[in-house]
Amino acid sequence: MVYLTRKAEFAASHYYHNPDLTPDENRRIFGKCNNPNGHGHNYTLEVTVKGEVDPRSGFVVDLKQLKEVLNREVLDAMDHRFLNKEVPEFSTRIPTTENLAIAIWQRLLSKLNKAQLHRVRVYETPDLFVDFYGEA
Amino acid sequence: MKAHLTRRYMFSASHRLHSAAMSEAENAATYGKCNNPYGHGHNYSLEITVSGLVDESTGMVCNLVDLDGFVQREILQRFDLENLNTRAEFLQTVPTTENLCTAIYDILQRGFTHAHLDKVRIEETMMNSFEYAGAGEIGR
Repeated sequence: MVYLTRKAEFAASHYYHNPDLTPDENRRIFGKCNNPNGHGHNYTLEVTVKGEVDPRSGFVVDLKQLKEVLNREVLDAMDHRFLNKEVPEFSTRIPTTENLAIAIWQRLLSKLNKAQLHRVRVYETPDLFVDFYGEA
Repeated sequence: MKAHLTRRYMFSASHRLHSAAMSEAENAATYGKCNNPYGHGHNYSLEITVSGLVDESTGMVCNLVDLDGFVQREILQRFDLENLNTRAEFLQTVPTTENLCTAIYDILQRGFTHAHLDKVRIEETMMNSFEYAGAGEIGR
């Protein structure tokens, strides 16, 4: 089994707010991230796939195809967007880095034909990242 | 669903690698320049990985305010801009980054209750790093 990681970057804004909580609770839990006008990050995405090396091509996965899937499913939808308002998953879920990693995993899972998705890692800043392995 | 969150902190500290169980010559041979009696320092990069189910109400594994507060209080205040050899954790052990890794893991394991501790990773310099996961496995 060989693991291959492809990196991508996107810039997006978000804010944290749970409509089921009171304004006070939202401010207490989310602090400055609760500002309804949002704030932004340069996100770095690392997608790791795994598989056996194809004896004919020498590839685990065709990187060109992986790049196309990443562009289409993730970057076109999220780059230079306000996540809360423009990405459907976040109309009902808070766009934390945890939920972003899960949403990206779910977007990619059915679109990768040969390689098996192993890990989605999302860096919100160089000092904070989340890994999602599809665990229930 | 279960996610793994990693947060990085920086701290600077000095240390001297010297084992009371070894002779002067053995210490010098084992630790080389790190055995200099006056010590030397590093800018340490500390990565702490915690995991848990993502809370549906907050979208979080744990609130970063809780993690940052604990690390500031229990780890950075203890080690940042200090001489590691003088700290209680290293009165009996040599302050190698291996031992620093396990000491920080133990502090978190004992006191941080907001999420499961996966592992501690420390870069002593850009060229070397150490990871400790207690009874758990490193990596995936």
